[in-house]
Amino acid sequence: MLLAFIVRRILWTVPFLIAVSLVSFALIQAPPGDYLTSFAATLAASGDEVDQGRLEALRERYGLDQPFLVQYWRWISGVLQGDFGISFEWQQPVANLIWERMGLSVCLALGTLLFTWAVAFPVGIYSAVRKYSIGDYVATTFGFIGLATPNFLIALVLMYIGVIYFGSDVSGLFSEEYQNAPWSWGKVLDLLAHLWIPVIILGTSSSASLIRIMRANLLDELHKPYVVTARAKGLSEFTLLMRYPVRLALNPFVSTIGWAFPQLISGAVITAFVLSLPTSGPLLLQALLAQDMYLAGAFILLLCSLTVVGMLVSDILLALIDPRVRYQ
Amino acid sequence: MSVAVTDPREHRTAEQASQWKLMWWAFRRHRLARWSLYIVVALYAIGALAEFFSPFDPDAASARDVFHPPQAINFIDTAPDGSWTIRPWVQGHRLVRDRFTLEQSFVVDPNRKIYLSFFGKAEPVKLAGLFTIERRFLTAAEQGERFFLFGADRLGRDMLSRVIHGTRISLSIGLVGVAMSLVLGLLLGGISGYYGGTVDMAIQRVIEFILSLPTIPIWLGLTAALPQDWSPLTRYFAITIILSLVTWTELARVVRGRFLALRGEDFVTAARLDGCSQARIIFRHMLPSLASHVIASITLAVPLMILAETSLSFLGLGLQPPTISWGVLLKEAQNIRSIAQAPWLFIPGGAVCLAVLALNFLGDGLRDAADPYAQDGR
Amino acid sequence: MPDTMQAAWSPGEAEAAPVVLEVQGLAVDFPSRRGVFRAVDGVDLVLRSGRTLAVVGESGSGKSVTARAILQILDQPGRIAAGRVLLHRHHTTKGAAASGGAEEVVELSALAPRSAAIRAIRGRDIAMIFQEPMSSLSPVHTIGAQIIEAIRLHDRLGKRAARERAIDLLRQVEIPRPETAVDRYTFEFSGGMRQRAMIAMALACNPSVLIADEPTTALDVTTQAEILDLIRRLQASHGMAVMLITHDMGVVAEMADEVAVMRHGQVVERGPILDVFERPQHDYTRMLLGAVRALDRPSPRRLAMRAANPPGAPLLRIEALRKVFPGQRRIFRAAAPPVIAVDDVTLELRAGETLGVVGESGSGKTTLGRCVMGLFDGLGGRIEYVGRDGSQTNLLGLRESALRPLRREIRMVFQDPFSSLNPRMTVEQIIGEPMLVNGMLSGAALQRRVAELLEMVGLPATAMERYPHAFSGGQRQRIGIARAIALDPRVIVADEPTSALDVSLRSQVLDLLLDLQQRLGLSFIFISHDIGVIRYFCDRVAVMYRGKVVEIGETEAVCTAPQHAYTRALLSAVPHPDPRRRGLSGRHRYTEGA
Repeated sequence: MLLAFIVRRILWTVPFLIAVSLVSFALIQAPPGDYLTSFAATLAASGDEVDQGRLEALRERYGLDQPFLVQYWRWISGVLQGDFGISFEWQQPVANLIWERMGLSVCLALGTLLFTWAVAFPVGIYSAVRKYSIGDYVATTFGFIGLATPNFLIALVLMYIGVIYFGSDVSGLFSEEYQNAPWSWGKVLDLLAHLWIPVIILGTSSSASLIRIMRANLLDELHKPYVVTARAKGLSEFTLLMRYPVRLALNPFVSTIGWAFPQLISGAVITAFVLSLPTSGPLLLQALLAQDMYLAGAFILLLCSLTVVGMLVSDILLALIDPRVRYQ
Repeated sequence: MSVAVTDPREHRTAEQASQWKLMWWAFRRHRLARWSLYIVVALYAIGALAEFFSPFDPDAASARDVFHPPQAINFIDTAPDGSWTIRPWVQGHRLVRDRFTLEQSFVVDPNRKIYLSFFGKAEPVKLAGLFTIERRFLTAAEQGERFFLFGADRLGRDMLSRVIHGTRISLSIGLVGVAMSLVLGLLLGGISGYYGGTVDMAIQRVIEFILSLPTIPIWLGLTAALPQDWSPLTRYFAITIILSLVTWTELARVVRGRFLALRGEDFVTAARLDGCSQARIIFRHMLPSLASHVIASITLAVPLMILAETSLSFLGLGLQPPTISWGVLLKEAQNIRSIAQAPWLFIPGGAVCLAVLALNFLGDGLRDAADPYAQDGR
Repeated sequence: MPDTMQAAWSPGEAEAAPVVLEVQGLAVDFPSRRGVFRAVDGVDLVLRSGRTLAVVGESGSGKSVTARAILQILDQPGRIAAGRVLLHRHHTTKGAAASGGAEEVVELSALAPRSAAIRAIRGRDIAMIFQEPMSSLSPVHTIGAQIIEAIRLHDRLGKRAARERAIDLLRQVEIPRPETAVDRYTFEFSGGMRQRAMIAMALACNPSVLIADEPTTALDVTTQAEILDLIRRLQASHGMAVMLITHDMGVVAEMADEVAVMRHGQVVERGPILDVFERPQHDYTRMLLGAVRALDRPSPRRLAMRAANPPGAPLLRIEALRKVFPGQRRIFRAAAPPVIAVDDVTLELRAGETLGVVGESGSGKTTLGRCVMGLFDGLGGRIEYVGRDGSQTNLLGLRESALRPLRREIRMVFQDPFSSLNPRMTVEQIIGEPMLVNGMLSGAALQRRVAELLEMVGLPATAMERYPHAFSGGQRQRIGIARAIALDPRVIVADEPTSALDVSLRSQVLDLLLDLQQRLGLSFIFISHDIGVIRYFCDRVAVMYRGKVVEIGETEAVCTAPQHAYTRALLSAVPHPDPRRRGLSGRHRYTEGA
């Protein structure tokens, strides 16, 4: 049953991934003029010699005079082999530029997710069990403010506080000595030492909404008849709380991977830009502003695929913890 | 099973109270939501009458006033002899230059008072492009004097006037965008919920797909594709369309869910058996039950739109100067050097928070009040 | 194959059995901002081992609150305001170290609700089962896990031993194949099986008291009979005291040794079952019994009406009607199997008669009613309607527009008085709607007609400016009836019009329908799961089982001499509100294919 569910769910992901790639390619195609005209223009602007033969080869390679679907087909077959096209701004294959940044993006997103859970789980439970207590009001207020403040504003305010009161720069993910250094244990530790600031900034709004969700769900569950049944068995209140209502209220928690992932990745783009993090966001933005569309398209494709996979993972986890989902 | 009206005073009239009255009663008990309603109304009024409320032309630059700090408004004017009158004024500032570093800075000039007047005369301006007004809500008593309650930006423009003009664009983009997503949401959600079957399934899959996308990269991609030479107005509408392309899904889900629930209600079957036409069933029997829920979800969608616009404009891919929106204003606060020097550039961010919070509370209150017939218990 | 089971029952000797639980002057308060609401007020009860005490009352009488107060599991913010709850532990009961008839008394009401002391009693000395077997069990834990948890909470047993015990318990409550059932989830079981699992859980530690809070209310009548039978047999084998909370006088008569009647938080009458049923002292008890007994025989008024005016020629002929709901198509999976809701049904309704359709949930009776109203497409067979001028029309396959004139003559009354009236319209608009959209009346004439209709159904004309939320369930049902008769119809399809109402209101609504039948010359198709209501109200009855009509005939004939085995099983499962008749009829079990 479970296996059948997982297989079915994985099969479902395929059309979604295809749709995602179509959307990304449509975005690559969206700016007026084709890619090679911009390429030629950049080359000309930088004073380089425009090699007609090379342009022709590229035109042939990407099928630029062909209809949309043919171009898409060429592009996607390249992508499947790891070739995302060429960034004309950086004058090198897109694939060289994206992977490290994507890796850091995923790190950041996962870190934020863990932070969100670690905050929202206890606070949400406390807030529901001690409804209308001072702690609950504090959590609720924090939640609303977290929801209302855009991430980048929090980032800006933190930076301001950092510079004015502590005289330190909170931007970036690495100290200077590790910036361009190859990966080592020291670099990983340095990353962890810097990661927590963007994690907190990104995590505020999603933990705020998760606290609200956890509280509302748990409040619903707390009055379900099965809780009375369990109490009538003689379970202690704490065991009861953890074993029954919390267990059921966990579902939305797991499904956060599904909905919070897109949000985290969205939010990360702007926050990373403000904090100048070496993740995918700032480079994506730069690429978009420069209309370096193969680079931008690669990022959009990967970010979207990431969220689709996040959905998949969350659905499978959901089926693992809730037998009802499996049997639907 | 009792109806959700608990105040005994209301009981007598409750029997004859319509849906909207019951909703209003339920809403009124939600204090936070009521206050939020006042704030939202006030913000929209300020946005609509921006020319009247802003003391100056938001684009009037002045090299003398670059990064002029905010001045606090005083209401009690004490004369040197100790007598006092009630009259609003601000303390004047003076520009000084550091003799060594040549850095400019403002210092308070204790001898200069700038008097202000409410509803005073100023340069005539067209209100929302319709008719000319001569008076402003707050001006300097002496025409030509400048004062900066929210400070000035890097071109010496008055931040207060800019924030007020930004209110118009930022809040209206929320409304216009939501109106567009409402059309899409009502249409597709309604079709999905009313007809069901294959159509429903297809629309549901599309919605699921859109929800699984990270919105900002998609929005960025779409706005980056907009031609740079479009007029501000065209760009404004293009961006609202782009924003509503994603946000309609939530409305469609609400509409579909309600439609599905209503379709199964006995009173809708009863209307069919009474001989009502399909149009009458939808408009007379189903839509009124839907309206309150839709209003609540719209209210919750507006702040999302505002946040989205702010983010895009902040990144430079949304609205562009000379259009003024909160996001465009916050773009000025992008680099750490400006905000270290002029922290009042954060003020538009405060406006965003205030508007988003108020709209969220309002929406929550409306959602709780949306179904005044919900029975206690299950 | 139908088999008969004899239920053991011995009246008398009530005082001999030892007392296990005493409730003395119990009062429960629910404080709120608007003051304190006293839900239970001075209740005295005594439970004896091996005996059943039925606590009976209508909704809101405080019977469930009393039960929860015993175990101190009141919902927030409820608290015990006065009185004592005493548990007597005898040497036969587990846990008491004493021997030779020594008795230990624990005052439950003195223990803190979260204390370990009261937790040691919950589930071990006193166990409880609830009304909704679906929501009362956790959906994400297996049945076995929930039973094993109860076992290991009070007994030091290894996991394996506890599992063996759980399987044994499931066997005791007659769940088929307990070895596999133990690892299954609640949603994989039917309602009756879930309640059995719930009982197994309650029995986990051999409690001396079982509190059953409306254990069969959510179940069909045949399932109810099985569960009641199970409780009775387990009580006999375990020697438990049972506190049975119910609103159904039939269940009381079937099960109880003693009865306590509750109303507004107080016990208005208490005594041995025969005394209470045969010599009720309190007016409320008399009213409850009267309302139930009235529905156990044909309405005298109906019999008189039929004697004066016998039913005429057929008005509506249903021939070989068939409705199949296709299975849902799913992507990446086989389609769900189709459901045959109505299977080859042939019926006819004569002018001026009432045809009952009786069946349990899922029998297709509601679908049948909706087929007649033309609410479904894709039907097989014929539904022929004979118009006032004698013309015959087949309702099947007609377009919505062609159905419209026919729907003026065939009207419907719905089950749920809350969802069948649009909460956003006034009563005037609701009742006026059919006349307005059919272009019959408008303006002042419409208003006069609505007033007239309201008076016909026994409501004041002033009701018309109010919204439905201002009315009680019974009044709402009257509004629904007024809407149905507004177009001067000939046939009314009434789908369980009384099942959402309290017992005392049921006969009133039925009498109103009889009255309207006489004044307007109506014919009814009356759908119900309740044999009592059918017997009172219907001239003929069709018994439905899994989409098929298994038996049709005069109501009295079917009720007294059922032909089909399913009808016999159904009738034998109905508890009579007469303690002397229990066990007399015996019970039949119907298994298809026998």
